Amino acid sequence: MNRMTDIETLTSADPVLRLSGITKTFPGVTALSGVELALYPGQVTALVGENGAGKSTLVKILTGIYVPNEGQILVDEQPTRFTTATDASDAGITAIHQETVLFDELSVAENIYLGHAPRGRFGLVDWAKMRADATEILDRIGAKIDPRTPLRELGIASKHLVAIARALSVDARVVVMDEPTAALSQAEIEELYELVERLKSEGKAILFISHKFDEIFRIADRYTVFRDGEMVDAGLIAEVTEDQLVEKMVGRSMDAIFPQRDHTPGDTVLSVDGYSHPTEFEDISFDLRQGEILGFYGLVGAGRSEFMQALFGVTKPSGGSVTIDGQEISIRSPAEAIEKGIVYVPEDRGKQGAITAMPIFQNVTLPSLAQTSNRGFVRMAEEFALARKYTERLDLRAASLDQNVGNLSGGNQQKVVIAKWLATKPKVIILDEPTKGIDVGSKAAVHEFMAELAAEGLSVIMVSSEIPEILGMSDRVIVMRDGLIAARFDGEGLTPEALVRAAAGYEESAA
Amino acid sequence: MIGQALKSREAILAGALILLIIVVESRFSGFAAPGNLAGVFNDTSILIMLALGQTLVILTRCIDLSLASNLALTGMVTAMINSAMPGVPVVALIAIAVALGLLMGAFNGILVWKLDIPPIVVTLGTLTIYRGIIFVVSGGAWVNSHEMSEAYKAIPRFEILSLPVLSWIAIAVIAAFAVGVNRTALGRAFYAVGGNPSAAVYTGINVGKTRFWAFVIAGGLAGLCGYLWVSRYAVAYTDVAGGFELDVVAACVIGGISIAGGLGTVTGAVLGALFLGTIKNALPVVGISPFWQLAISGAAIIIAVAFNARSEHGKGRIILKKAEAHS
Amino acid sequence: MSLAEGTRPRNLPDRLTNRGTRVLRSWEMLLAAIAVLIFIANTQASPYFLDPWNLSDATFNFTEKAMIGFAMALLIISGEIDLSVAGIIALASTAMGWALQFGVGTPGLVAIGLAVGLICGAFNGVLVTRLGLPSIVVTIGTMSLFRGLSYVVLGDQAFNGYPSDFAFFGRGYVFWVISFELVLFLIFALIYGVVLHATNFGRQVYAIGNNPTAATFSGIRMQRVKMILFLLTGVMSGIAAICLTSRLGSTRPSIAFAWELEVVTMVVLGGVSILGGAGSILGVVIAALIMGMVTFGLGLLNVPGIVMSIFIGGLLIAVIALPRLFTLIRTGRAS
Repeated sequence: MNRMTDIETLTSADPVLRLSGITKTFPGVTALSGVELALYPGQVTALVGENGAGKSTLVKILTGIYVPNEGQILVDEQPTRFTTATDASDAGITAIHQETVLFDELSVAENIYLGHAPRGRFGLVDWAKMRADATEILDRIGAKIDPRTPLRELGIASKHLVAIARALSVDARVVVMDEPTAALSQAEIEELYELVERLKSEGKAILFISHKFDEIFRIADRYTVFRDGEMVDAGLIAEVTEDQLVEKMVGRSMDAIFPQRDHTPGDTVLSVDGYSHPTEFEDISFDLRQGEILGFYGLVGAGRSEFMQALFGVTKPSGGSVTIDGQEISIRSPAEAIEKGIVYVPEDRGKQGAITAMPIFQNVTLPSLAQTSNRGFVRMAEEFALARKYTERLDLRAASLDQNVGNLSGGNQQKVVIAKWLATKPKVIILDEPTKGIDVGSKAAVHEFMAELAAEGLSVIMVSSEIPEILGMSDRVIVMRDGLIAARFDGEGLTPEALVRAAAGYEESAA
Repeated sequence: MIGQALKSREAILAGALILLIIVVESRFSGFAAPGNLAGVFNDTSILIMLALGQTLVILTRCIDLSLASNLALTGMVTAMINSAMPGVPVVALIAIAVALGLLMGAFNGILVWKLDIPPIVVTLGTLTIYRGIIFVVSGGAWVNSHEMSEAYKAIPRFEILSLPVLSWIAIAVIAAFAVGVNRTALGRAFYAVGGNPSAAVYTGINVGKTRFWAFVIAGGLAGLCGYLWVSRYAVAYTDVAGGFELDVVAACVIGGISIAGGLGTVTGAVLGALFLGTIKNALPVVGISPFWQLAISGAAIIIAVAFNARSEHGKGRIILKKAEAHS
Repeated sequence: MSLAEGTRPRNLPDRLTNRGTRVLRSWEMLLAAIAVLIFIANTQASPYFLDPWNLSDATFNFTEKAMIGFAMALLIISGEIDLSVAGIIALASTAMGWALQFGVGTPGLVAIGLAVGLICGAFNGVLVTRLGLPSIVVTIGTMSLFRGLSYVVLGDQAFNGYPSDFAFFGRGYVFWVISFELVLFLIFALIYGVVLHATNFGRQVYAIGNNPTAATFSGIRMQRVKMILFLLTGVMSGIAAICLTSRLGSTRPSIAFAWELEVVTMVVLGGVSILGGAGSILGVVIAALIMGMVTFGLGLLNVPGIVMSIFIGGLLIAVIALPRLFTLIRTGRAS
């Protein structure tokens, strides 16, 4: 096809859906400020941005979950308002959401059709037709799933296919896909690409959110870049390079972000041998030395968090041993892990890390109450002193130490959680997606701090799904896939391509 | 679908119920006779209907502790109207009972929906309020059998095809629930709201409003049962059905309705109520003191909830490759 | 919220608002104001209200329930609930009455009351913490089970004839009009207040109630804390059983019927969040006083108990609903 006419056809279309000056704020955070977005019929627009750039908030506004504080949503250039999910779906907008917004106890067919089930006589739900229609849609996307199966019996990938089927069950003009390939196998991803092509030819406007640049350049026609809740740039994919896109997304060139470190690791602090779990991971073995940052890379659902939580005593392993400072130990609860000097900063800050309805100082001292108390009685002065010591080191921004953690921004909440663990004086700190969903400024602070800790002799395990972070911070990298260790990198051969290949399990012809 | 359902906890519960009937029959022949079983069903009708109402509420992750008070108040109001104005047709009284019940349910529901007050707090409050109002309207007096009109008392006992109207009403309610819960948008919304409230929002379901309707329907049924209870036992007083709210919850729990919401069936609730009702009827028959009844239903609740928890657990997320081989 | 991010880290203050302002705006102050209003209304309504002996009698309306309420408050703050407390009272009282038939003396009776409370609490605790069952359902079951066992033993009979020195717990006076139960109530209020607000254990209870996962991830042995709370609730129910049995002088299986709802009402009225994570013992104490005064004041006016329950139920909903209603109206106008 001629590239010039291609660009002409692209630019001659009028948008189906346009967002203008959209602002959305939450207590303490501005998620989006005055963003613009246009979606065109028969075209794929890629939305790129780092975690926390406001992409998910935008999806929720498009689908009527959030109502923006300011700005307009225009369908065919007519201003509209979405106050419920039904409004958005009536306007012809459907979405494949990033998190599974599905129902474990309901059948696959019902998960696809809940809210718009086919009706038969007397307006009653027609189960037979629902099942037949569901089978048809599932066939269309190449998913071999019986629509009568209860959803809870499916794996992550199959659930994701159900979510895709759900989005397609509505006759929509606009399809939003929020990281649709994150949990899919290569074969399923290929089917999805075909589906996208088909939807394009049917004249649907597609918003495609992805972190994977190869797929963006493969299927997108246009791009829009978000950074820190603002729209930075938009244009045609044909007129931009991958490096340019990354720079727009990050706001500076790649090398400048991560701290420079002199890496001279000491003795082995922790060794794990043959750690296994009945369903989540198997045969995990590695050594961790003093002052070292060990990166764990893998796709979502590769079993990294599950392994870390077993190491921290949250779940029970079925086999394997842990040695710390040359002594074999058993860890049956987080309390024991903390005693032995292993601490874990979880990925899900709101649910597992911070206790948002409690003040900063109480969050920090929670695992260290033995230190700050006297015969079981709390001593507030000691608590404030301990909390101050560690939060100031982390450059926490807050009104006072008595402020509830829930009122802080994501980045500052993360600092409170890290401060909480440092106050226990650990030997090994496990950071699970330490910079997920926090602003760029806090991100750099967390990275610098991580480097500082390692320099002081703390051993760090960092679970991350962000390749730049893994590359920029780790001394060594372990890649997990489907619950197993897929590859190890000791600095050599550590390239983004190698990581992706190991994580996704592509066959390497020459190796 | 049917085959799958039979392997479920409903099948196990039905098995337990049949076993119970067989055991009782072996001690006292005649218990399993159709006529006697119909009597057991008739005795359990009100519990079944309330359990069905409560099922909707529990499905949406709420609880309604005020159902028995609602029942007692509507029963008292219909009895007082009947004794003061015997000319008012019973159909009108039933309409009043249902309307009053709906209103009380709506009051619970609106507090849960609009003010977002935890349902257990709301209904704990209305449990005492509704019960207290009975005393206020009746002045603590009883309405006895001779003060009620014959028509008022006759309806639930009137037999059609040798089954009392009370049983027929219960059967109609069960049928309406079977259709309503499985085949209407609202029915499915109850499951969605309880199963995953945040996901329900994504499908355009209003979580608060759905909960409101669950309370309204449960309240309406309690109102209907208010008339049925008072007319069947031919007496109305302040303490009618005292503590019955917990029997209703017990029937639901035994029937496998998960208190965590989103899980449970109409069949389960009916079987749960029948299980309790059968025990209640069987104890005097096999010569066990009726004083055992409370302890047995308590034990049944604990066993049922422990059993349900076992079958709900045990399905870990499987990510190991060998476990999830793609077809 | 720009304030939250604005301050430089080096001068992070401990607190912004001082404690005085905070107390003045608290739930406890609202309750205290209601309590004072009810007190004034009572003095206006009946000339007998201010009589010291009348006031002393009034305390029996809440002392036993409040003792359970303190332990229940901790349990509810931790995110669990125990609806079997009245059942425990029935079973403990029945056990004491049964032992009485074999000539067991007062110390033995007390030991039996406490032991039954402890065992029942342990039973609930094991079902909830070991088997992971929801406490609301478990304790609805054990409520029936415990009281049911009491019916099995007693039927429509009653145990009477408790020894005269046993009567001290429910009818004895320590000093002038100050009853033994009132002293016990004050001591327990103090103990539970200190445990909840000034110990590591209390802090852990709050943490568990606010976010069980994060609390576990912070090294708190959650199941152990909850087990202790169920044991405490059981023991407090046992103590209430001793006091109530002593005061009534007899045991019937219907003893303390529906008290579980009154105890929960008291705790929730006292500002303890039914969803867990928030509440204070002071609030429960004031709520107990309110409930006691309402019952007693209306009693002096010959208003029957059931009507008072309308007031208590209404209060329970109103104190929670009104603030939310005002916010709703205010935000409704703003947008």
